[in-house]
Formats: sequence, C-alpha cells, structure tokens
Amino acid sequence: MEKCPSVKSILLLDSEGKRVAVKYYSDDWPTNAAKEAFEKDVFTKTQKTNARTEAEIAMFENNVVVYKFVQDLHFFVTGGEDENELILATVLQGFFDAVGLLLRGNVDKREALENLDLILLCLDEIVDGGIILETDATVIAGKVASHSIDAGAPLSEQTISQALATAREHLTRSLLK
Amino acid sequence: MAQPLVKKDDDHDDEAEYSPFLGIEKGAVLQEARVFNDPQLDPRRCSQVITKLLYLLNQGETFTKIEATEVFFAVTKLFQSRDLGLRRMVYLMIKELSPSSDEVIIVTSSLMKDMNSKTDMYRANAIRVLCRITDGTLLTQIERYLKQAIVDKNPVVASAALVSGIHLLQSNPEIVKRWSNEVQEAMQSRAALVQFHALALLHQIRQNDRLAVSKLVTSLTRGTVRSPLAQCLLIRYTCQVIRESAGNTQTGERPFYDYLESCLRHKAEMVIFEAARAITELNGVTSRELTPAITVLQLFLSSSKPVLRFAAVRTLNKVAMMHPMAVTNCNIDMESLISDQNRSIATLAITTLLKTGNESSVDRLMKQITNFMSDIADEFKIVVVEAIRSLCLKFPLKYRSLMNFLSNILREEGGFEYKKAIVDSIVILIRDIPDAKESGLLHLCEFIEDCEFTYLSTQILHFLGIEGPKTSDPSKYIRYIYNRVHLENATVRASAVSTLAKFGAMVDSLKPRIFVLLRRCLFDSDDEVRDRATLYLNTLGADGAMDETNEDASEFLFGSLDVPLVNLETSLKNYESSDEPFDISSVPREVKVQPLAEKKAPSKKPAGLGAPPSGPTATVDAYEKLLSSIPEFSSFGNLFKSSAPVELTEAETEYAVNVVKHIFDQHVVFQYNCTNTIPEQLLENVTVLVDSSEAEEFAEVASKPLQSLPYDSPGQTFVAFEKPQGVPAVGKFSNILKFIVKEVDTSTGEAEDDGVEDEYRLEDLEVVAADYMQKVGVSNFRNAWENMNPDSERVDEYGLGPRENLSEAVNAVINLLGMQPCEGTEVVPSNSRSHTCLLSGVFIGNVRVLVRLSFGIDGEKEVAMKLAVRSDDESVSDAIHEIVASG
Repeated sequence: MEKCPSVKSILLLDSEGKRVAVKYYSDDWPTNAAKEAFEKDVFTKTQKTNARTEAEIAMFENNVVVYKFVQDLHFFVTGGEDENELILATVLQGFFDAVGLLLRGNVDKREALENLDLILLCLDEIVDGGIILETDATVIAGKVASHSIDAGAPLSEQTISQALATAREHLTRSLLK
Repeated sequence: MAQPLVKKDDDHDDEAEYSPFLGIEKGAVLQEARVFNDPQLDPRRCSQVITKLLYLLNQGETFTKIEATEVFFAVTKLFQSRDLGLRRMVYLMIKELSPSSDEVIIVTSSLMKDMNSKTDMYRANAIRVLCRITDGTLLTQIERYLKQAIVDKNPVVASAALVSGIHLLQSNPEIVKRWSNEVQEAMQSRAALVQFHALALLHQIRQNDRLAVSKLVTSLTRGTVRSPLAQCLLIRYTCQVIRESAGNTQTGERPFYDYLESCLRHKAEMVIFEAARAITELNGVTSRELTPAITVLQLFLSSSKPVLRFAAVRTLNKVAMMHPMAVTNCNIDMESLISDQNRSIATLAITTLLKTGNESSVDRLMKQITNFMSDIADEFKIVVVEAIRSLCLKFPLKYRSLMNFLSNILREEGGFEYKKAIVDSIVILIRDIPDAKESGLLHLCEFIEDCEFTYLSTQILHFLGIEGPKTSDPSKYIRYIYNRVHLENATVRASAVSTLAKFGAMVDSLKPRIFVLLRRCLFDSDDEVRDRATLYLNTLGADGAMDETNEDASEFLFGSLDVPLVNLETSLKNYESSDEPFDISSVPREVKVQPLAEKKAPSKKPAGLGAPPSGPTATVDAYEKLLSSIPEFSSFGNLFKSSAPVELTEAETEYAVNVVKHIFDQHVVFQYNCTNTIPEQLLENVTVLVDSSEAEEFAEVASKPLQSLPYDSPGQTFVAFEKPQGVPAVGKFSNILKFIVKEVDTSTGEAEDDGVEDEYRLEDLEVVAADYMQKVGVSNFRNAWENMNPDSERVDEYGLGPRENLSEAVNAVINLLGMQPCEGTEVVPSNSRSHTCLLSGVFIGNVRVLVRLSFGIDGEKEVAMKLAVRSDDESVSDAIHEIVASG
C-alpha cells in the first residue's frame, strides 16, 4: 500500500486488437508472447463495451484496466488490483487528450501510425518506469510538440567540438585500458 | 505533420488496409539506418527511420546483439544534429536499446553535455536517459548534476531527476540517500508534480526509519500538499504510520483520523476516494469512523462516470465482508446498479447486496438476479454463485429458494468452471444444512442425467455414494446411478459401479437388488468397470460368503487410502513380479515433501467436492494423521494439542529447523521440520540428539530418523518422550542435529557414495505449562462462569513488578497461560489504570478452565494482579496458580 501509485502498462490498440503502440512497465509479462496474450485478453473482454463518451473500467486477473475508445483506436491503462482506479483513469485521460491535441482532433489509427513518433514521445512523457510523470494533457502535448531547433552554438562549430570531445574520450579510455 | 484527413466513406476498405508501415521489414530498415552515417544529416529522414525501428521493436521484433550494437553506434552519430525533434527520438531509441556498459561510455559525454544544456527539454530527457542506462560507477560522476537538477527551477527537469532518483534507489541506495537535503527542498516546490515526485523519493529514502516517516507525515498533514497525486501518497503513508503505531494506542481518538476525514472533502475525486478507501481499511475501524467514508462512496455510486461507480462499489463490496451493517444505507443505490451497463459494476453491486441483505429481502433479490444472470459472462456468474452460497449459509432458513436458484442455473448453459462452482456450492449446502440434503441430492442427480463433464459426474457419483445411503429413502437414487452405467463413458461407468456398491454395503435391504445390477456390469466392455463390479460383488459377499465381512467391506469402500500416492507408485514400480504378493503395508507412509501449506496464502475458495470442509482444526487433523501413521507413536492415544512451530535456528542458516510440540496424555512428541538450504549437500540419516537432563520428568522412548534430506525439500524427524499421565510436566531440552552429509554434484544432481558424519547445534527448546492448554473460547463468559462449581474457585493476588503499561502485563499473563481471551478483553484501553481480562481454555485431561484476571497499575508502574480460577477439577485450579506463581 505504501507504494507510489504505479501504472503497469499503457496500450494503444486498433479496432482488431492489433498493436499501434504499447508500453509495459512491469515484469508481469516477461515475453512478447505473454504481452500479446494479455493484449488479446484485454481487447476481447472490453471489445463489446461502449467506452466512447466516458472512460470505462474492467478488472481481471489482478489487473485493473481503464479504457476509452475513439474511432478505430482503443486506449488502455492498466494497474495492479490495489491501485486507485481514479489515478489510472487520470493517466488515461491525460494520454487520451494529449493524443487528441497532437493529432489535432483527427484521432484514428491511420493518423496515429502516420505520427507514431509523436505517440511514442507522448507515452514517454506520461509515465517513466511505471511512475506517473505528468497527467495534464496540454503539458504533455506541449512537451512533445516543442519542435524548435536548439538555439545553441552554430551547427558546424558544435559538431567539431563535439567530435573532438568524443575523440578525447576514446583516447583516454584506450590509454587507461 | 498532421495532414487534414479526407473523409472517404466509400473506400473504407482501402483506409483500413492502409498503414505507413505496411510491408515493413527488419532487414530493409536496418539498411535504411545507414543514413545516420551521412555527412550531411537529414533530420527529418533520420527521425522517420528511428520511428520505423521503434515501430519494429514495439511490434515485438527483436534485434540480435550485433544488430543492436550497429544501430546503437549509428544512432550515437545523430548527436551531431541540433534538431530537437530528432534528438528526442535518439533519446527514445537509446532507452529502447538498453546498451551494455561499454557502449554506454560512448554516449555518456554527449548526454552529460545535454544535461547541462540551456534547453530544458534536453536537460530533462538527458537525465532520464542517462539514469536509465547508467551503472553505479558512472553515477558518482554525474551525482553533482543530478543534485542540482533536483532543485532546478524548471519543474520538468526537477521531476526528471527525482523520478530517476526513485529508480536508482533500487540499485544504488547509498548514493541516492545522500540527496535528502535537495529532495527536501524540492518538496517545497510550487509545481504540483515536483512535490509528488519529491515526496515519493523522500519516503523511499526514509522508509526503514519509522520515526522519520512519522515525522514526515506529521508535518505534511498539517501543511498544504498541492498535487492530488501527492495527497494520495500522503494518505498511503499516513495509513502506514497508523498501522505501525496501532500497538500503543488501542482506543480513543485514532491519530491522523482527522486528517483522513478532512481529505474526504478534498476537491479532487482521486483524493476523496483514496481517503475513503484508506478509512475502510483501517484496523478495527469503528462504525463511527466508517460513516463519513461510506457517505462519500455512496455519492460516487450515482456518478455518471463508470470508473467512479466501479471504484466505489468495489470498496463497498470489501467493506460489506467485515461490516455489512455499515453498507446497508447504500442498498437502494446498489439496487439501481444491478442494471448498470458495465457488468463488472453490476456483479459487484449484486454480490454486495447479497452480503448486506437481510432475510426478508432474499426472495426479491433472487428475482432480480435471475434476470441478470442470463446476460453476464461465466466469470461473473461464478462470483454470484459464491456469494449466494455464503448467503445461504448465513440464512439457512432460506435454503429452499436459494437451492432452487442454484438448480435452475445448473440446468442452463455454462462452462466447466461455472458448473463446478454451482455443484461445489450445492455440495457445501448439503453438508451444512441438513434440511437441504434431500432436495440437493436430487438436484445433483438430475444434473448428472445430462452432464457433459466427466469430472463433475464422477465427483457427484462419489458424493452420492457417501450421502445417498444415509437418506430416508436411498432407493430413489439407484435409478439415477444405474442409468449412468448404461449411458456414459467408461470413467463415469466405473464410478457409478463404485457408488452402487456403497449403497449395497450401507443399506442391507437394497443389497439383493444391487447385486443384480452389479452382475449386469460384469459384461461391460471396459476392463475397469468389469473389474470393479467383480471386486465389489466379492467383497460384499454376493456369492453367499459370510456376513462378518461386512465391516471389512465398508472399511474398504469408505476408508481413505492412508498411504501417500507417490510412495505407492514408487513401491509398485519397484515391485518385481514373483510369488510374493504385493503388500500394501510395505509402502512407506512418511510423506517425502511436506507441502508448506501453512506458509501459503490461504486460498479464498471454500473446499468443495472431494476435500472435507476445512476449518481451524485442519492443521491439527493433518498432524494427527501424520503421527498416527508412524507405528512408533500410534499407541499414544489422541493428540491433545500441537504447538505452533518454534524456530530452532536463525534465519538464513545452512539448515533451517523448527519444532512442533505434540502433547499426548502420557507422551510428548517433538516434530523437527528440517530444511537443507545447501544445494551441494545431501543429508542422510538425520536425527536430533535431545538432552533432557534439565527436564527430569521426561524419558525418551522413541525416535524416528529422517532417511534423507535433499536440498530444499523439507523433511521431518521425530523424538518421543514419556511423561507422567495428566501432569503438566515442564522442562528444557537441548538439541543437536546429527546427520551424514554427502557432497552433491549440482550439475548432475547425483550424490557421492561416501558421507561424513556431522552435527549442528540447535537452540534449546522448552515445554511450558501453556503447551498443556488448548485455546477454547466461550461465547458467554458470564454464563459459563456461573455454571462452574464455585467450590473449585481459587483466588490469589500477585505482584507483577514494574511494567511499561498494563497492556504488556496482560499479554504476558495470556501468553504464560496459553488461554483464549474472551469478549475482546485482551485489549487494554490506553492509559487505563485497571483492567479485567477473561480467559478460557481446556487443560490436559479435558478439564475446562475459566480465568478472571484483574489488573491494576500504580504511579510507579507497579502492576498487581488478582487471579480467580474456576475449573471442572480443583487440582487444575491449583495448577493454574502454580503456573502463574512460578512464571
């Protein structure tokens, strides 16, 4: 109980249960086969429900699963059986809304795959190793979308100095060996 | 990047087919990754390739070691680009590849540079990446930067460092613990999530220091914690503190309860719920404490959000197990949830109602459930069936409608697990409610008429064989059973034959008819069925054999196999056909590997078919069975009491030994449970050498060595002592474990032939007066006390010397006597000056004993006690006083 609220997995599946992007933060599923079996389970058990207006929730095999669907995309956040359901729902909402912002409202599988880099970055900004990083959708989307060129040193100069640094590093390593 | 999507309703198929990754192939993408080496980097193109690589990994594709290394080195080149988007993808890629430590060195300098960059995004991400891939040695190098980052003005950077700290604490606790000051500073941050991460890290750093955690909680519960997540954390930590301080403060105001209660008025739902749940899970929560929590949960029940309804109903369901009355207020809201779209919520609502319902509402509830059962999945139905079973046990008078319900759903479609749950429930109801027996058995009979599950059919037939003959009209079951012989597969036919034989053995009037039926089975197509029929015809004396075999026959039919199946199997395998017939008594009876059942979590499901109803006596039964199977001890009579295991070794020693003391009327048996924790050793001929010179009244009479003790499979050796009959003899025993040790080759698992004799000193063991006392409670102490002969009462006063508080003194006396406290009197209100404690027990020789203890404590913490004993035997009353006087 004294544990930090933790997320065990975040899944984004399509309307046939295939992976769009998934992220696991727990050792409960050691192999890819175990993960796929879990996804299949989650998908089939929630498939028939209507989770389009409000996030829905289900529980099986010691996992609490909160989920929400839009178009042909199914969003899932799962946690341990003792996890506060509302915390998981908050994470789900953050993920769901951030994806909506990043895809500018056109949330479907095609758009998600076209912008998979954004989805992956988005996952990376929500949870780190099971610990919730951020749940506010605008903040998450803001972090993902900041696509400006670094205003640091000029490109050419930068590369040379960096190359030198790397070379120096290599040299000292090989000398020390 | 996002392009406006053109809606094309007519070519929907095309759209479904389309994917930018269609036909993607690992080899080709790895080829594409060469663009990372271009002198003129194209950030956009590189990003796309990384995305493809990540896509492959995400789909479960794996890279070989060489591929991963190549990709890693190529990706490191991309640090040259100043494109922020690309850099972010590079970070992701490095995390996914989880490089080896010599590879990490390559990127360390680049990442450290990013850690000190002016761009916050770089700093935050570089910290997370570096901490993910780093090992201890590198950590000391970057520690300085991490400490700075923790107190960074930018919340993203601070959070990144704090979260990384939480992860690193697992692998490098000594380093992270040095960051306490910075983490504490971060606690004051204005950013909500920084506070959350700082609190989580700070608590983990201090989690082994109870006092520090308590201080932390005390200060924070007074202040303001901004983030709802941090507030939830704080609630969890508060509960931990409450739990750990529970020993000192028994009643009165619970510390921090006010804080939990105030959280019920927080504006964030997650905090309200966390607090409500925390209150319901408090140890020994009172109904007054529960009320506000139940009230907010009740509000959640009618929320429009399914998650909220689910969370509330799940928590209330748990509360209903312990405090059904507290939840009854919510019954109306619960009933409306039965029709909830979300079947999980509906099921939880129903099972809660079943727990809180009263006798009069059962029928109405059953009507609602019947409609509901048709449209939920099997897994939910099982939950409902189990809830109905416990309801029926609670209201035995309602068995008729509940049994009808069970039999109705038994007839409907369903999978094996579901059917098994129903059958199990009916069996349990038949066992526990005598009135339900006949109708229940008939329901089961009807079920096997059309049962597709062989397992269930055989189990029911077995059960019928035991229960059927005891009913008023056993003959009516014969038809159902004999039908099986005609219509079923061989397995079911065979068990039907056994069941028929049992009817024959138990009911004399049916015997001739049973013989006729059994003879018909002699022509069955299956060997087993024919064999059984022949066997039973002979044992039951169908061929006019004498009647005295009757007892043997029923012994044979109803007795359980008292040798472990594994041993029987090995003995049969070793048996070589010769003139000598196989003798079942030659099968060793000792159980090789004792399942550590007590250590396992207690299984939630009540025992159904096959297993006898388990209760608190289960372990005693198991011990009794074990002991009586050992010929040396079989003459000792009935087992009076078995103690809880007492450890004789420190934790994590080479050999772990604990002892269970078995008390008989004239004997004491020590059961030494030994575990060998060294894989390279095999112990043989394990015995315990017991020195009883400090226990004068005991004389060793027998011992039973343990033949072999392989690694990690517990075994037992026994030593038995004789003692004067009925006397609570006490004494101290010193123990030495003796054995022959053989080296084991762990690769082959074979032991060497030669062993060395060795011994191992164990801790001393004591037999104390409490070992002769069974904890047996009484429901009404006052009545029991009045009914005892007042002449047997012995009263005396004792000074117990200075004690910390009364509670300690009370516990000491309870433990000394080993008796069952009654009516909750073992709990002493804090700061009270006097206390009365009531104890009950059964002393050896089956003598009932009641004890009334009055304690008082004075200003100098001197405790005085008045002890009044009543028992069936005056000498026992005196004995109790002797125990206290000498203790």
